[in-house]
Amino acid sequence: MDYVFHWNIVFAKMPQLLHGAFVTLHVSVLSMLLGIVIAVLLAIARMSDSKKISLPATIWVEIARNTPALFHIYMAYFGLGAFGIHLSPYFAVLSALVFVNAGYLTETFRGGFQSIPPTQYHASKSLGMTSMQAYMYIILPQMFRRIYHPMTNQFVWSILMSSLGILVGMNELSGETQRLQSLSFRTLEFFIVAAVMYFIITRFVLFAASLIAGRVFRGDV
Amino acid sequence: MIEICDVHKSFGDLEVLKGIDLEVKKGEVVSVIGGSGSGKSTLLYCINGIEDIQQGKIVVDEVDVHAKATNQDRLRQKLGMVFQQWNSFPHLTVLENAALAPRIVLKKSKKEATEVARQELTHVGLGDKFDEYPSRMSGGQQQRLAIARALAMKPDYMLFDEVTSALDPELVGEVLDTLRMLRDDGMTMICVTHEIGFAREVSDKVAFFHQGIIEEIGSPEQVISNPCQETTRKFLSKVLH
Ligand SMILES: Nc1ncnc2c1ncn2[C@@H]1O[C@H](COP(=O)(O)OP(=O)(O)O)[C@@H](O)[C@H]1O
Ligand SMILES: [Mg+2]
Repeated sequence: MDYVFHWNIVFAKMPQLLHGAFVTLHVSVLSMLLGIVIAVLLAIARMSDSKKISLPATIWVEIARNTPALFHIYMAYFGLGAFGIHLSPYFAVLSALVFVNAGYLTETFRGGFQSIPPTQYHASKSLGMTSMQAYMYIILPQMFRRIYHPMTNQFVWSILMSSLGILVGMNELSGETQRLQSLSFRTLEFFIVAAVMYFIITRFVLFAASLIAGRVFRGDV
Repeated sequence: MIEICDVHKSFGDLEVLKGIDLEVKKGEVVSVIGGSGSGKSTLLYCINGIEDIQQGKIVVDEVDVHAKATNQDRLRQKLGMVFQQWNSFPHLTVLENAALAPRIVLKKSKKEATEVARQELTHVGLGDKFDEYPSRMSGGQQQRLAIARALAMKPDYMLFDEVTSALDPELVGEVLDTLRMLRDDGMTMICVTHEIGFAREVSDKVAFFHQGIIEEIGSPEQVISNPCQETTRKFLSKVLH
């Protein structure tokens, strides 16, 4: 036990690490936004009575939820590469995360939507609201607060899973850490600092989320 | 005036309404009684166009509810409806519950909408609950909120679907009192109810539903005190013990 920590080497590379952290945040935010948009469409498709429409959505959800995220990244990077479609590491990781996020969020949205009693819609309509207004003011606000926590969890998952970018040479936080430590051999120091940065990022996201929730969601459901 | 002519309504193969005729004039209170599953709720849903019909016609103030050209959202502005389950909007305060539709549907200013909401809430005895959330109120209070929320739209007609059936017995009275008050205000109402005593007291007309048809209709004295149909008598003896 005579390992001597050398933190100065790590701090000297802080700008690169911070850039890596920025890329991590960037790719996970984007994967959430795109995932949400696709998940809304998939959730609507899954609730369709037509098998032709619901089946593809079901297949997407089942694959995304029951296979490792690592495989999706490999599929996007090496798999598509075999067909002559060459994605950059960034886009390979992004599309894999979007794929998985969309799969999980579809179920979250569907569950949230089905948890709102249809009588809320009837009551809205009976007050003369258009369907659009009933969704805007009554259904979606209630649905949103029910799916809020699963959504922040998914966001944290995206941040942590983007570290798989290390395997395709992406310059997010883990990839950057890997590159820097291999130049200096201060492996432990670099990964400890990176871990702390991940921790700060996810705590920050959760904190911001609860702050927004406290402002937006009043009353009980 | 609400005119219901020979209305038939089916869910798939199940014919729920089998030719309903009913007329409700301005200022009238019509009570609808009958066993569970006889189609009473369905009729109310058809009147305000939440459900479509297969045959016949429902006309509200000269407007055919189910005609293609009818703007049903607009029509519902004058047909207030209150349900067995009060359906408060849980994410809004009591005041917001009542002010929302006047603001977004009638396009009143926030100030005007709040004002009319305050008035109606005070009218039903919720003047001290404006900033409360519905989940913190009793069923009776929430049901009165539902009534005030509908009244804030200044409807010409009110449809009540067993509004006391889901309430604890000790809370029924406050809601019935609210309905009596509306009758005294001259509101035109259709009340689906199991409260036979209340129906006898407030109604101009009572309609007895049985398996999708109106088996008997007339004044409360006729239908409740001296029913001429065997099915009506059976039903009444069951609910009156
Ligand atoms: N949305 C629906 N789909 C299928 N059947 C329905 C629906 N709504 C009501 N019914 C059926 O219609 C019949 C009448 O229901 P309802 O109008 O609710 O009766 P009531 O209010 O007199 O108890 C019942 O047999 C009920 O099961
Ligand atoms: Mg009913």
